[in-house]
Amino acid sequence: MAMTLDTPAPEVIGEEPGSRPAERLRRIARPAIGLLLPLGLALAWELAVRSGYSNGRLVPPPSRIWQTLVELAASGELSRHIVATLSRVSAGFGLGVLAGTLFGAICGYWTLARRLLDPTLQALRAIPSIAWVPLFILWLGIFETSKVALIAVGVFFPIYLGVTGAILSVDRKIVEVGRIFRLNGFAMIRRILLPAVLPAYVISLRSGLGLGWMFVVAAEFMGASEGLGYLLTDGQQLGKPAQIVAAIIVFAILGKVTDWLI
Amino acid sequence: MLVFDHVGKTYPNGVHALENFSARVKPGEIVAIIGGSGCGKSTLLRAISGLDRATTGSVTLDTISITAPNEKVGIIFQEPRLLPWLSVADNIGFGLGHLPSAERQRRITRALSRVGLSDKASAWPRELSGGQAQRVAIARALVPSPEVLLLDEPFSALDAFTRADLQDHLLDLWADTKPTLVLVTHDVDEAVVLADRVVVMRPRPGRLFEEVKVDLTRPRDRASPAFEAVKHQVLASLDRSLDRGLRRPVDDFLTAGEGI
Repeated sequence: MAMTLDTPAPEVIGEEPGSRPAERLRRIARPAIGLLLPLGLALAWELAVRSGYSNGRLVPPPSRIWQTLVELAASGELSRHIVATLSRVSAGFGLGVLAGTLFGAICGYWTLARRLLDPTLQALRAIPSIAWVPLFILWLGIFETSKVALIAVGVFFPIYLGVTGAILSVDRKIVEVGRIFRLNGFAMIRRILLPAVLPAYVISLRSGLGLGWMFVVAAEFMGASEGLGYLLTDGQQLGKPAQIVAAIIVFAILGKVTDWLI
Repeated sequence: MLVFDHVGKTYPNGVHALENFSARVKPGEIVAIIGGSGCGKSTLLRAISGLDRATTGSVTLDTISITAPNEKVGIIFQEPRLLPWLSVADNIGFGLGHLPSAERQRRITRALSRVGLSDKASAWPRELSGGQAQRVAIARALVPSPEVLLLDEPFSALDAFTRADLQDHLLDLWADTKPTLVLVTHDVDEAVVLADRVVVMRPRPGRLFEEVKVDLTRPRDRASPAFEAVKHQVLASLDRSLDRGLRRPVDDFLTAGEGI
């Protein structure tokens, strides 16, 4: 009670004493509700395996997955695979973003370029990106280059579409405000077009990144000696489901973290 | 002096929006342009702003022909058109990029207090009400001290109370530097409250029909008989501009439906 009296008046108007801690609790509790189901299922499965209802051979219990993760991490193997996968994704994503932004900006800004390039790019987009794999392997070899190229192709299209669409949908009324204040070409891009396009650009970066993670798995399936995708195929061939689930969990964490970074 | 010399505009799609419009507007004068839709009011305003060019004739301001946006001409649109990624203060200072930052800051602060939004300097446009946002737009147009301020149905999206409030507020701001105001509106009350002269337009193609002088002292009482008289004059002129007398028998549903 004394605490609420000491705080400045405007902040506590209309609030009941003690509502602050309650508010904080609610803020923590709300997302925690979403965790109940997966944690509950994991716990139930763990108990089922421990009490002998299942041998957990094909669906390993959480403790065994954790153990696998710890072993992989301790031997240094996990970080080697993560580094391999991350560097492929970042190289492919970087190239895809660069090309997508460049082509998207040119086609969004310049009508002639759009008429010239867009139909071809749209036609290429209709090809499932995985269909390129055999050709890329023939052209670029079985090693890193073909993998990075596949990821870049996957990332390119959402970025290209996002940038073109965002530029085309910039409100003409806002552009007129720029014209009234006599902004020339470059100032118009910097002060009106870029800020107007930014929110849509970030969204296209995120969907591009999602595809980048998808394609890195496809790329690593087609013959890799390291990387998280290799852990998956290795786990399948040697019958180590715990390793597969562990790799999936690492994928999930990395995907979420990189998405959050954007 | 703002001079219109036989201004005409035909859009690329063939719409003949404005024909042979000639007029002079003295510095500091407030002119309202009124008429129904398709009268070329907005076309005329866009020609003065330099956003569009007249296809025939010319618009000149102090002997300079206007073909592109000019620093002496400001405009307030029907919507506030604030930039959503800039704070209220930065929106107002948007056209002052060339000034040193201290001078810029000083003008923004003064403009904010003149429109009564000093407490909103760091707010975002989305946090403002319609009336507040339009006041920010007015401040943004006024800080570069334009010689001519154009208003394109600036208060038509607001409720009646806010509209009357902003009309008074606009006159108050106008008195500071007395720029020339050219106001496009379809609201007779608004035209008579604000203007020294009401220009009535007629449609298809837009042409000047006639002018009504408003010789009322400011501040104007919207309920006075003199105000009502001018309003009637404008309404009567608008009515005549539409040639209703000729077409009424054909257009009238009651007449057309007779006997059915």
